[in-house]
This record gives sequence, C-alpha cells and structure tokens, in this order.
Amino acid sequence: MTETLSLEVSRLAYAYPDGTQALFGVDLAIGRGERVALLGPNGAGKTTLVMHLNGILTPGHGSVTVAGLPVRPDTLKEIRRRVGLVFQDPDDQLFMPTVRDDVAFGPANMGVRGEELEHRVKSALERVGMLHVADRPPHHLSFGQRRRVAVATVLAMEPEILVLDEPSSNLDPASRRELAEILRSLDVTMLMVTHDLPYALELCERSLILSGGVIVADGPTREILADADLLAAHRLELPYGFAVPDPDGGPSRRT
Amino acid sequence: MGAGHHALHRPGDSPVHRLPPQCKLLATVAFTLVVVATPRELFPAFAGYALLLAGVAAAARVPAAFVLRRMVIETPFVVFAFALPLIGTGERVDVAGLSLSVEGLWAGWNIIAKATLGVVASILLAATTEPRMLLLGAQRLRLPPLLVQIAMFMLRYMDLIMDEMRRMRVAREARGFAARDVRHIPVLARSVGALFIRSYERGERVHLAMLSRGYAGTMPAMHDLSAARRQWGMALLLPGLALLLMVILRVGTP
Repeated sequence: MTETLSLEVSRLAYAYPDGTQALFGVDLAIGRGERVALLGPNGAGKTTLVMHLNGILTPGHGSVTVAGLPVRPDTLKEIRRRVGLVFQDPDDQLFMPTVRDDVAFGPANMGVRGEELEHRVKSALERVGMLHVADRPPHHLSFGQRRRVAVATVLAMEPEILVLDEPSSNLDPASRRELAEILRSLDVTMLMVTHDLPYALELCERSLILSGGVIVADGPTREILADADLLAAHRLELPYGFAVPDPDGGPSRRT
Repeated sequence: MGAGHHALHRPGDSPVHRLPPQCKLLATVAFTLVVVATPRELFPAFAGYALLLAGVAAAARVPAAFVLRRMVIETPFVVFAFALPLIGTGERVDVAGLSLSVEGLWAGWNIIAKATLGVVASILLAATTEPRMLLLGAQRLRLPPLLVQIAMFMLRYMDLIMDEMRRMRVAREARGFAARDVRHIPVLARSVGALFIRSYERGERVHLAMLSRGYAGTMPAMHDLSAARRQWGMALLLPGLALLLMVILRVGTP
C-alpha cells in the first residue's frame, strides 16, 4: 500500500515557538496520481501543514512520509526534490534574474548540469506554455504568466507531488481558466490548498477540510460542497449564485 | 518604471558583446589604470586612448549618440574641473580677460581627460554586458559569492520595492497628505520603516522558497563562463595597446 501513496501524514501536531498550537493531529493520505483539494478557512492551519510537507517546519508530533520516504533532517534534500511547493506570491518564488535561470535553479541545486538541465528547463516551460518567455526577467511578465512560471520552476524538479498554495488567487478569470487547463493537463499528484471552492470542484475529485487544526471532512468534492451545513460549520461558502446539487440529485448546474 | 530594462545596456551580438564578462571587466579596470597613470602633459596619449575607445565602440556597434547621452553623469566633475582654473593659486595667465591659474588649468584638464575616458570605457562595458552577467563575471574574478548574491537580489527586487514605495505614496496622497516641508519628515520616516519591514518579510518568504527548491547556501553554477585564452587576449588588447602607446610616447619625450 505504501508504494502507491504519494503522501502520508499521520497524527501531525505542531505548535509555533510562541506556544500557539496550529495543528492538533492531522491524518491524511494521498494516492499517486490523485488531485486533492485542501479546503479550510483562513487561520485553519493550511499553510502550517504545507510547510511540514517539505520539512521547512519540523513536526512537534507525528510524521510525514513522501512516497515511502519519511521527512527527517537527513532526507530533506530528497524530500525537497519530491515535494514541489508553489507559493502564493509568484514574486517570492521567482527570485532569479531570468525565467530560464529560475526554472533551472531547483534542478541545478540537485546537481543536474549541461544538456540535461537545458532539457528539464525547456520541457517544464513547455508544459505550462511559457517557453517563449524563457529569457525575460520575471518582473516583465503578467501576474498570470508569473504564476505559470512558478509552477514550471517546480515541475523542473520532477516532483512526486505538486503542492499549490492558493493557485487561483489574484488571477483574472481568463488566467484562472488557463491555469486550470494547465493543471489538469499535468500528469502529477497534486494537493491544492485553497478556499476557492468552485476551483476545487473544477480540478479535484477529492477534497479535505482542515479546520481548527484537524481534518474534519474527507470525501468526493461534489459531496462535500453539496453539504451546506458542513461548509457553514467551518466558515466555507460557495460564492453568490453558485450551488452544487446533492450528487444524487442529478448533474451539477451553475445557476 | 523601466522594469528590468536597464538604460545602460544595449542588447546586441557583436564580438564585444560575446566576450565573457570577466574579460571585459578586467580590461576596463586595466585600461582605466593605464589612463590614470599617464602624465597629464602627454597629450598624444590621450588622443590615442580616445581612438582606442572609438574602435571598441565601432566593434560593438554602439552609436556615439548612445554614449554621449549617458555621459551626463560626468557633469559634476566637469563643473568642478572648470572651477579649478578660477580658484587655483600660483602663476596666472590672462585668457579672454580672465586671469586663470596655470596649475588650475592643468588640474582641470587632467580631471576632464581622465574622467571622460574612464566614463566612456564604463559606458561601453555596461552597454555590451547584461547587468547580471557583470555580476557573474565579478564572481569569476573572485568577488565573494555572498556579495554577488546580494547584488543579484537587488537587481531582481529593485523594481518591486520601487513599485511598493510608489503605492505607499499614492496611498498617502489619496488621504490628503503631500510632503511639503521638514515637519512632514516623521510621516515619511514611518513609510520608509514600513517599507523596510515589508521588504524584510519578503526576504524571509523568498528564503523559504529557495530552501524549498534545494538551496543549501550557494547558488548553483548554471552558466559556463569559462573564457578561452583567445578571448582574454582580445579583451586585453585594449589596455595592452593603451599601455604600449604610453610607454612609447614617454620614451620618445625626454
């Protein structure tokens, strides 16, 4: 079973140095090839959980395992190759003078050089449709383009699992749709942290709700979003005018 | 906002553009040293140096107007140089009704000639080398990697920080504040403080993003900047010829 799991988190608890307890025993498992949304209101501990996935934060209790490899100080290097984190603000993620250098940064840190490095950069940029901006400085790109390049910087590391923090934030509707198309075309395990519920419905067949530092729901996205009481109990809401009918009630409509 | 479009750089594909940055850096510094070491009385040498630079500009296909416009930066030195003959002491000569100091005239000429040559050489270097390549070249010349990284980040985030500063000014003005006199300094100081904290926090987030992609304290070398002996030879032609010219002229003039 372990071989087919991309990510396994068990009984993960964490308190910040100032004593604030953020996670109270999180359990979750994501199989290879799954696209899963992690939903939760602001302050639920989503970002804290994400920071554990590649070992930036060390669990107070419990464990994180990526494709069978536990996150420990001596495995960090490999863990960071396996877990590709896409940050919310692309300006934090794109710190090199050109797009090409930025995409090359991750694989180069892993020791990839020469033609293989070229190839990784090219194919990662191709997968997000951004090869034509390779030699431009990141701050010359539009926000949507920067977010796509940010995805490419992580794809170039050939990760086991792609973790996206609020991928749809600050995007205009067209960029939002374009990004969704790109994410859907990627053949990679994905954990998408968001409170954009329609986006979760569009991209992820399965959703988790993190609230108050624990996972309170885990199931098909459509069922979770149809449960108005569950959403309301955890400060989640569909935008005005949206409704996801109960799965038994026929196909979903956007009214 | 000239985001990333650095006014000093002129993209191109001339032989000068193609030289590795470290060669060009060293050549520029060496050339400037030769210029500075030249005695100010050696007029033909300065003419020769100017011709050498004109040759470089022609090879790099950098038009004269491009260089001239960017020489404005030299203005304060020129003003200072023009003041010297007036305020200088010692022996004086009358030129068009003005009594000028001979020593001041020499000093003024010395400054103008050497500064101009140095500035033009630097402009040519900047015009033919991308800013980040200059930094990578400096790293090849053993500038500490940490300094290079700091400068790289400045290059990347300068426009972003300027933008943030502009937004803060707009936000102040939108609420009816415009800095007019010294009593407004505390308000501006608080803005600068807020900007510092924001930039600091961004720095922390960037560091996290770097760690997430396997950063372990050093930037991976991604550009092969090794220079062939022929390229070094070509770059050092400029200071070499300048030095040769000076030596010949010095031997020739007793």
